[in-house]
Amino acid sequence: MALIGSARRSRATRVPPVVLAFVLVPLLAEAFWVFWPALQGFYLSLTSWDGLSAPKFVGLGNFSEMVHDSVFRTAAIDTVLWLLLFGGLSAALGLGAALLLQQERRGIGFYRAALFLPVVFSLVATALVWQAMYQPDGLINNVLQAVGLGSWQHAWLADQDTAFYAVIIPALWRQVGYVMVLYLAGLKGIDPVLYEAARVDGATRLQQFRHITLPQLRSVNAVVLSVIVIDSLRSFDVVWALTRGGPYHSSELLSTYMYSTSFQSLRLGYGSALAVVIFVLAFGVIAGYLVRAFREAD
Amino acid sequence: MTATRTTAPVSGTDGPARRADEAAPAPAAAPRSPLLRGSALRTTGFHLTAGLLSALWLLPIVLVLVTSTRTFDDIAAHGVGSWPHSFTFDSFRQAWVDGGQQRALINSVLVTVPTVLISLGLASMAAFALSRYDLPFRRVLLLVMLGGNLLPPQILLIPVSKLSEVLGIYDRLYALIGVQVGFGVGFYVFVLHGFMRAIPGEIQQAAVIDGAGPWQIYWRVILPLARPALAALSALSFTWIFNDLLWAITVLRTDSRMPVTASLIGLQGQYVSMWNVIAAGSVIAAAPTVAVFLRFQRHFVAGLNLGAVK
Repeated sequence: MALIGSARRSRATRVPPVVLAFVLVPLLAEAFWVFWPALQGFYLSLTSWDGLSAPKFVGLGNFSEMVHDSVFRTAAIDTVLWLLLFGGLSAALGLGAALLLQQERRGIGFYRAALFLPVVFSLVATALVWQAMYQPDGLINNVLQAVGLGSWQHAWLADQDTAFYAVIIPALWRQVGYVMVLYLAGLKGIDPVLYEAARVDGATRLQQFRHITLPQLRSVNAVVLSVIVIDSLRSFDVVWALTRGGPYHSSELLSTYMYSTSFQSLRLGYGSALAVVIFVLAFGVIAGYLVRAFREAD
Repeated sequence: MTATRTTAPVSGTDGPARRADEAAPAPAAAPRSPLLRGSALRTTGFHLTAGLLSALWLLPIVLVLVTSTRTFDDIAAHGVGSWPHSFTFDSFRQAWVDGGQQRALINSVLVTVPTVLISLGLASMAAFALSRYDLPFRRVLLLVMLGGNLLPPQILLIPVSKLSEVLGIYDRLYALIGVQVGFGVGFYVFVLHGFMRAIPGEIQQAAVIDGAGPWQIYWRVILPLARPALAALSALSFTWIFNDLLWAITVLRTDSRMPVTASLIGLQGQYVSMWNVIAAGSVIAAAPTVAVFLRFQRHFVAGLNLGAVK
């Protein structure tokens, strides 16, 4: 004890300059590419800028414009809907898959790998794979025809009513395996004694799930929640590759609207303001994540 | 952190759970079939469910592989969703040569390999300093760095693209490497810090007594001990950086400089409804990360859990 204590103190007395450099170089790299641009981003949200002439300060003008922007409203609603649907379903399906595949038994490695494999695909490749399936003469319509549901056939991505959901499915396909891996680790951490005790008391499987599994997974749930919200708000690639937010903005998310506003319409001030909205939506989760990280860090 | 634990205690959950299957019907004195038949039924049921689910999950992958080996005429005549009536590797040649996937794949490697090396190098240095020395404000520094990585990238897109213009590296791969390093490093610092913190102080003390300086302790002592975490992060960051689209289309403009993800979007526009070429392009774009995953599966899964803050 005393030895560790004195070691601590001698560590504290003198920090060699090399060690300072070890921290400062990465910190400066991040400051240069992240913190400084982020500050600029917040400032630009208060301006009107076409990228060529100097930015013109307009105060909160961009934000009051959003109130009357119907595309913004669609994108904001879609983003929240995306968060709930994509988030809720990937958590539920991921937990379900983890519960199904938690026991070590023959063949389990294959099943887990099958569900996990899409995680390593880029979202663009994922999108293109599904785009082929969604074509009017693609697999999905063919299957519907074959099972006698020919009337359900759709041009899934070209139809305003279905485009949004057609884009969520590939994203889910890719996310479920990721969430499953997080839950598998969580399930492994539950002390088996708890289940044995519950069984002695005559608890059913459902009761065990409700009163042991779910409460024990609380910390993993928090992780999954953060991952899902941050991933949802970042979702861009899959929508961009499949629909570009169309048709008629029916699958528009804030992230795609921000991108097209900024880099296609070249309204950089308004685009920055949209990015600030995304930041505000993500802020609660980021703060929660950091608070947990802070507690863990010592 | 469940980094190293994820693969270990397999038998722990296995034993009691299996006993559950056998014990469950007993106390209820149920009108169930004999023990053995019940569990065999369960096993069959499990494999049916899990097998069906896996098949459903693998179906799109099989479909893209099949589509990539069909001819355009076949697809035009029978539709993308039909059974294949042809077999050829010509679409791969088209995507590789005419579609520019070869150039794009080289670009991807030119960006991904240096980015992984630089970010993990820098991150391991910072993590070493923050976890092994009592620097002032080290907790705050750590969280500031992590916080930067959690920001939605959208807030950075416009300033980063302007910044690279000002630096004169807009539309160069350096810009992509720079922003990927800057944006990713915070997360890697956080994960490596968690790992290095657990290395006993005595090991470092012994090195100090032997006259080792900070650089030697970092390079000879801590870094080798952090190898599992570095391996996990390498596998993970390789796929993240390789699969990125947003940063690439933000700082690059010329088609011939785009990495493979962005060039897939170009392929999609160039070969409209030529699904064989698009499928072949997707296979080419996905092959490297699938290879990394299959080769380093254990590290990969460990890496995903490493990042999970409890």
